[in-house]
Amino acid sequence: MSKIEIKSFNLYYTNFHALKDISINIEDKRITTIIGPSGCGKSTLLRSINRINDTIEGVRTSGEINVYGENIYDNKIDVDILRRNVGMVFQRPNPFPISIYENVAFGLRVNRIGSNRWTISETVEKSLKAVLLWDNVKDRLHKSALSLTLEEQQRLCIARVIAVTPRIILLDEPCSSLDPVAIQKIEELMIQLKNRYTIIIVTHNMQQAARVSNDTAFMLFGKLVEFDKTEKIFTNPLKKETEDYVSGRFG
Amino acid sequence: MRRIIDTIIEKVIFSCGTLSVIFVILIFSFLFMESFAFFKDFDITKFVTGRYWYPDSEPALFGILSLIVGSFLVTLGACLIAVPVSIMTALYISEVVSKSVRDVLKSLVELMAAIPSVVIGFIGMIVLVPCVRKLFNVPTGLTAFSGSVMLAFMAMPTMVTISEDAIHSVPWQYKEGALALGATKWQTMRRIVLKTARPGIMAAIMLGIGRVVGETMTVMMITGNSSRIPHSIFEPVRTMTAVIAAEMGETVKGSMHYKALFSIGLVLFLITFLINFVADLFLGKNKNK
Ligand SMILES: Nc1ncnc2c1ncn2[C@@H]1O[C@H](COP(=O)(O)OP(=O)(O)O)[C@@H](O)[C@H]1O
Ligand SMILES: [Mg+2]
Repeated sequence: MSKIEIKSFNLYYTNFHALKDISINIEDKRITTIIGPSGCGKSTLLRSINRINDTIEGVRTSGEINVYGENIYDNKIDVDILRRNVGMVFQRPNPFPISIYENVAFGLRVNRIGSNRWTISETVEKSLKAVLLWDNVKDRLHKSALSLTLEEQQRLCIARVIAVTPRIILLDEPCSSLDPVAIQKIEELMIQLKNRYTIIIVTHNMQQAARVSNDTAFMLFGKLVEFDKTEKIFTNPLKKETEDYVSGRFG
Repeated sequence: MRRIIDTIIEKVIFSCGTLSVIFVILIFSFLFMESFAFFKDFDITKFVTGRYWYPDSEPALFGILSLIVGSFLVTLGACLIAVPVSIMTALYISEVVSKSVRDVLKSLVELMAAIPSVVIGFIGMIVLVPCVRKLFNVPTGLTAFSGSVMLAFMAMPTMVTISEDAIHSVPWQYKEGALALGATKWQTMRRIVLKTARPGIMAAIMLGIGRVVGETMTVMMITGNSSRIPHSIFEPVRTMTAVIAAEMGETVKGSMHYKALFSIGLVLFLITFLINFVADLFLGKNKNK
């Protein structure tokens, strides 16, 4: 049974056809990566799964995206609840300019999870531990989140998402502003999180895709070219374009 | 040749800068000297705490307490109206409407800032004042409340445009981050956008208040010009600015009355100085955080 079922999905930015008839089934408790050259629509596809594209003027869609059997583009869907269940980590770390503690507590407060101070503190601690940030920050929880390093900021952003207990986590090139050591640590973190969440990562770094993911989708010019097990995509792809891309011949 | 032009421009800019500093110092010393001369002959505590402003009686009374109360009431009322309305308007323009509507609304608001204060006073006189009289059933519509309403109109363009700039410059990544965590649009505005834009909004409010405190024409036309300490906002008041503007023309240069008006000017100057100082404190504190 797949968790995310995308059926003939199209997206237009005003008149620009950015996603063309995408269909894909993403499984539970696995890491799926989306790869492809810059501008092929990876971010757009990812941002369609929590409907954060709704905030951009002029976006139109057709087709369906079913999350746990429910079409999220249906009018009945409560987008705020959807976004709580489908968390997102962005390309540039974007902690809010408030304290570290309040960054993690934010999602709890706006979703009214954990009614009292004690449960909020507990969840903040648990979430920061889950991203291995707790020991670093436990003495300065009330300092501004902007005082952290980029890697720590990205961890904080992941902690913030985990705190509201989503079932799916979307990560859009989460390592692109980090150095190699930090990248390795974040990748380890993602593999750890796989047991509990369904994870989709957009990356243009093919080594990263090969290292962390179970399944890989390859996109080109707004279309899904191929979707399969990661080993298959990297060693024995069906399509010629996929092979050219993963062997580094273009893109 | 280019070098020469460069040095000339540099010199011109430098002298302009120096000149403006010199002017400020000159104005301040002028105010200070005239007031000083006044306080030699008239007790400063009687000046500030005296309830009666009778410059023509014998002996003349120069108590400005009622004027201070008048200015304070009108300003406070204007802020209570203008601040919430301006912040809401700024949020609406920045966050709710589409880009094209935003541009139109913003130019409209900026246009409002260009309305001369006489015109605002005039509109207040013929539209607002009769309404206030009927609505609140008071003997005259020329009240502190009427002044507050019209001054709120004058403060709003400054407050709206500057807070809108501050709100608009909140990085969209913050908004996106908040929405992606399941926050509603309103929660995002209240908890993230307004919080991040706070220094700018504070500056906007202070600038708006500055405009209100120093405003003369409108208040002279519609606050009733009665220098008695009012018991409510629905009574006529007189402000410091209105006294200076109304009486400066009829005093003899160098007389006690003349110097007293300068002393009021000094008090006004100190008040605006204090407001700016507090604004700076706010801004500085937020920057260091
Ligand atoms: N807000 C937008 N308005 C118009 N076009 C956009 C917008 N965002 C992205 N695009 C276009 O959509 C295409 C896909 O973008 P994106 O999904 O960001 O690609 P990727 O993440 O694969 O680099 C690009 O051609 C880009 O120019
Ligand atoms: Mg992208």
